[in-house]
Amino acid sequence: MAPTRVPAVEGWFTTGNDGAAPALLGSRCEGCGTFAFPAEASYCRNPDCTSTSFETVELSRRGRIWSYTDARYQPPPPYRAADPYVPFCLVAVELAAEKLVVMGQVVAGVTVDELTVGDEVELVVDTLYTEDGCDYLVWKWRPLGATAPGQEA
Amino acid sequence: MPDDKPDDKKVAVLGAGMHEWGKWGRPFVEYGLAAARDALADAGLGWRDMQFVSGADTIRNGYPGFVSGATFAQALGWTGARVSSVYAACASGAVAIANARAQILAGLCDVALVVGADTTPKGFFAPVGGDRKDDPDWLRFHLMGATNPTYFALYARRRMDRFGATEEDFAQVKVKNARHGLANPYARYRKEVTVDEVLSSPMVADPLRLLEICATSDGGAALVLSSMEFARRHAGGAAPLVTIDAVSTVTPTFPNTVIEMPNFSTDSAASTGGPEAGTAAGFRPSIATAAYAEAGIGPEDVSLAEVYDLSSALELDWYEDIGLCGEGEAEKLLRDGVTSLGGRVPVNPSGGLSCFGEAIPAQAIAQVCECVWQLRGAATGHQVEGATVAVTANQGLFGHGSSVLLSR
Repeated sequence: MAPTRVPAVEGWFTTGNDGAAPALLGSRCEGCGTFAFPAEASYCRNPDCTSTSFETVELSRRGRIWSYTDARYQPPPPYRAADPYVPFCLVAVELAAEKLVVMGQVVAGVTVDELTVGDEVELVVDTLYTEDGCDYLVWKWRPLGATAPGQEA
Repeated sequence: MPDDKPDDKKVAVLGAGMHEWGKWGRPFVEYGLAAARDALADAGLGWRDMQFVSGADTIRNGYPGFVSGATFAQALGWTGARVSSVYAACASGAVAIANARAQILAGLCDVALVVGADTTPKGFFAPVGGDRKDDPDWLRFHLMGATNPTYFALYARRRMDRFGATEEDFAQVKVKNARHGLANPYARYRKEVTVDEVLSSPMVADPLRLLEICATSDGGAALVLSSMEFARRHAGGAAPLVTIDAVSTVTPTFPNTVIEMPNFSTDSAASTGGPEAGTAAGFRPSIATAAYAEAGIGPEDVSLAEVYDLSSALELDWYEDIGLCGEGEAEKLLRDGVTSLGGRVPVNPSGGLSCFGEAIPAQAIAQVCECVWQLRGAATGHQVEGATVAVTANQGLFGHGSSVLLSR
């Protein structure tokens, strides 16, 4: 039986289970248009805005790398690392429409040597860790031109 | 010039004291107490003379750490002194100084003791325990495995991409600071390193290597601060009187478009018509700017700086952020030896976090201790000759700026 797929955090992204492309879920202030990720529900970060109305919006699925690095050493809990530990890359991605930078892991199999500031990346949903027959999901970034997870030749 | 600054905005530093930095795992109170006793002795005052005690809190040492002012007061012996305990992450020490300074400048007390100390666990800083799915600091570890060094590495890579910084430049920062710290009796690491040794140390978060990332340390630091009037009355000793002329504890300005630890994203600049995301100056440059403005001086007046080199590359960011040079010029400053002892503006003559490691609530106070000794001409073996003005800069998690300007 295929493992159950569960988001590792509720309400931060869509999983694409319905066939639609996955996306980060942010908020857009109905007063001033400021975006936020993760979504804000009670206050707007703009000091000149007192709005308390926010709509949940899907953020741009593509952006450009603002900077990148990797994690050569196993991060401490509450990160749940695979055993044996496999290093991964992290990127900060500029979303043009929302005018913000958002972080995330890069899909497995990509090394820093394959990344450059300014490269275009696309959002995917991938397994963060597996526990008790459940795949816990998180958003990751895939360099355009790299192979999608699960589609290796 | 600093001397023109009216006394009503200055406080005197009568005493500075530190406990050596290291990794012993003893109760943090011991380190704070040792530093406090040294600062009191340095000031020629007793604990009973202190009217106010200002503690910088630690969050990894249980309840006594959350109420550090009272914890240190109890360890010194209850005297009825007024108390404050404050947490502002890496900026805790500066906020503790700011609180004592405000009491003094408001005329609510004449003389105050400021203390910060920490005992740290081994390895990467992990978030405080428990399942806390509403805390970004917990979530960034859980969802991304984003440790502190990965954030430092994002900035480092940015410098390489935008300004042509090299891994050797970053290594040279470490080599410089290791040399600076050699003669500092309070530094944890007192050993020279070579560029080759730095570049052959294990990669932690590309492009940053183990020897370029600050350790977590135990340590304690303390200051005795007073009104100028009290200092004149008390006046003793041959050392020149050092004053704190400004303390900046600014928050960021919206939209803060540079990714900051422990956040998942920056502010959005979509509604402000402001700078494009990722290109704005960000929070760090505003920190020392506010201190300069308060003191009525500029970076050109500075003789030395103690900045928060959480990584070797981050020190280069600070050169620009505290106004020692323009954007993208830090590598040249370093290569020209301007920021080395003997150069025009030595940076981290103490050896910096590179030689100390970070003892969070003590660190911003330790930066000030170093500046005090430098301005007195008492920094044996790592003295900046003729130093008259010193600046510290540092940043606490979630948006706590910290910069202190001192002069003699």
